[in-house]
Amino acid sequence: MRRATSNLCANLWHSSSFRPANYSSHAALTKDRYKVQRGKYASLTDKDVRVFEEIVGKTRILTDDADVEAYNVDWLRSVRGFSKCVLKPKTTEEVSAILKYCNERVLAVCPQGGNTGLAGGSNPVFDEVVISTSLMNNILEFDSLSGVLSCQAGCVLEQLETFLLEQGHMMPLDLGAKGSCQIGGNVSTNAGGLRLVRYGSLHGNVLGIEAVLANGEIVNCMSKMKKDNTGYHLKHLFIGSEGTLGFVTKVAIQCPVNPKSINVALLGLESYDKVLEILKTSRRDLGEILSSCEMMDLDALKVVEENLKLRIPIKECPFYILIETSGSNSNHDEEKLALFLENALDKKVVLDGTQASEPSRIKQIFELRERIAEALLMDGFLYTYDFSLKPVDFYSIVPALREHLKNLPNVLRVNGFGHFGDGNLHLNVTSKEYSKEILNTIEPFVYEWVSKVGGSVSAEHGIGFKKTGAVKFSKTPQAIKLMQQMKGVMDPNGILNPYKVLPL
Amino acid sequence: MARVLVGVKRVIDYAVKIRVKPDKSGVVTEGVKHSMNPFDEIAVEEAVKMKEKKLATEVVAVSCGPSQAQETLRTALAMGADRAIHVEVPAGDYETLQPIHISKILAKIAQDEKVDIVILGKQAIDDDSNQTAQMTAGVLDWPQATFASKVEKKDSELHVTREIDGGLENIKVKLPAVLSADLRLNEPRYATLPNIMKAKKKPLKKVTPKDLGVDISPRIQVISVEDPPVRQAGSIVPDVDTLVSKLKEKGHC
Repeated sequence: MRRATSNLCANLWHSSSFRPANYSSHAALTKDRYKVQRGKYASLTDKDVRVFEEIVGKTRILTDDADVEAYNVDWLRSVRGFSKCVLKPKTTEEVSAILKYCNERVLAVCPQGGNTGLAGGSNPVFDEVVISTSLMNNILEFDSLSGVLSCQAGCVLEQLETFLLEQGHMMPLDLGAKGSCQIGGNVSTNAGGLRLVRYGSLHGNVLGIEAVLANGEIVNCMSKMKKDNTGYHLKHLFIGSEGTLGFVTKVAIQCPVNPKSINVALLGLESYDKVLEILKTSRRDLGEILSSCEMMDLDALKVVEENLKLRIPIKECPFYILIETSGSNSNHDEEKLALFLENALDKKVVLDGTQASEPSRIKQIFELRERIAEALLMDGFLYTYDFSLKPVDFYSIVPALREHLKNLPNVLRVNGFGHFGDGNLHLNVTSKEYSKEILNTIEPFVYEWVSKVGGSVSAEHGIGFKKTGAVKFSKTPQAIKLMQQMKGVMDPNGILNPYKVLPL
Repeated sequence: MARVLVGVKRVIDYAVKIRVKPDKSGVVTEGVKHSMNPFDEIAVEEAVKMKEKKLATEVVAVSCGPSQAQETLRTALAMGADRAIHVEVPAGDYETLQPIHISKILAKIAQDEKVDIVILGKQAIDDDSNQTAQMTAGVLDWPQATFASKVEKKDSELHVTREIDGGLENIKVKLPAVLSADLRLNEPRYATLPNIMKAKKKPLKKVTPKDLGVDISPRIQVISVEDPPVRQAGSIVPDVDTLVSKLKEKGHC
């Protein structure tokens, strides 16, 4: 019975149940939809395939169209390449041999992890050879004293989380896509997620990286030390560069001790001013135990109710805040949280709310937040943006965009949610089908808006393929020039994940 | 108008992975997150709904166990129960507390509190006994309506839809009666913050099995608690022919 009950609440996040069976046909080819020119790369020949077979063996190369299809399309079905070949290396040496060969042949490659990216960074644009890290999934070492975990790039985030739980530790990051996304992809995109407000970004938590350069050379920076000031901090070049400077093969990451006490509160608020007030008071009153501070507007929460039939446990309010506390002493944490909540109720900062400390309930409440993206996608097509904004500007773009799109009848929803504690807004628009008109009305409007208030046009999703044109809204020409020079030094033939990150 | 008694049990939360103690005397409960048995939540929800529909005057929640049982009672109070009774059973005795003991305790409280309806979860997700409601009805000599998926009150009768093998059964029971809640009876509410605050001030009475005249001396002895067998690792075969011959070898085709 225990199993039956928990299955009722099972997280269906990347289950295939909501995908149309022939989803690939819904996504137009990237080259047609976005009008890009193929670079001067070689095309795959039978001889290339034979060389790859020698490197990875016959069973770890996919060339059948049906097998390759899933690697060509992204989770949002917004981009679609036409690669003819997927390679699944198991070791760094195999990756090295593949890249060395591809560099000599000037064959473009596309590194891919769990294929959960939201900016089209992990899918081929044309016919790039896909190198999947899926089989590089060994946990190498865990030091329980330092809390440092070393593993291969293809370990699924949830697999690492489960492993660490047994050791009394946890991953410093948590994402909605945890069941599919891989640590190599997380590091390559500098993924943020729900715990960043407490544990900081991967630039801080990743202690070491092993990566393969475009020419096949292996760069071993697998330090397991918190401090290491020997020369340039090369590992940072691989964090967040989305596989354009090197192919991440191994990661050493520091993992905090699993908190003994976790509490969650979902609060309903009547205005954005109250949301700001909660940000202030939660930081003041919850202090060091605050581990998540997420915001959702009513429209965003309505999506999970309508499309996934999840239940919103409190009454309808214009804004919702989800707060998580983590600590080492449940009495201490509960006392703090109770005082904070009592104050918020007394001062009428919150209209309604609920609280949970049981894992089952915590999971149910978090699902409301974590499954918004999945629910949005069920509308048909999702235009999703990921901005860094100051708290005071955090939400005003949502009503502004709603107003801006009001004359487009095909727009289904415009809403905002995100990692409020980090100033990271996920802005979303949905329509039944992809519409160029909608896209061209949203962009560059939103980018200009974010640039004007000094925000970032990509907080945690990266630039990928879809947002290369937006980099200029957050970076100066000098900074972009230096990035291009670095790319030229590390990947002179430009074979690593082309058409991504840097402006075309 | 009726007074309703609901039983609530504190169990290991269903999202927690259960671990057997190294000495095989039971499962690890220390430092493990607990919550209200999910079927008991459904029972509380049904009782609270009865009160909201003015079919019940008062909802009394009862839980047997060590002091932590009070957390579960506070949850029931936050969901809408009016008052709570904690039957204090020390941790050592609690390990051998069986449905027969609980039924006697519940029956005595039902009589003392003059309740008209007892609603219990159909089973607890830890021991899966599915006996307490039936035995409580037996001890009280009241009619029982178990595995209820729908309950309607008509005059002094309850019309209950029961989930049985292969379908549904509709029965009538006269009050007083004992019900057990099945999964589809309702969807339990979340306790809201204002109600969580109010619950802290609701009355919670403590009694002991001795006060109730119930003997809780053990009737069973736990010999050994074992993990379920671990699924054996599979193997990868090179091609379909090998697969077919392997399947034939094992008699699957």
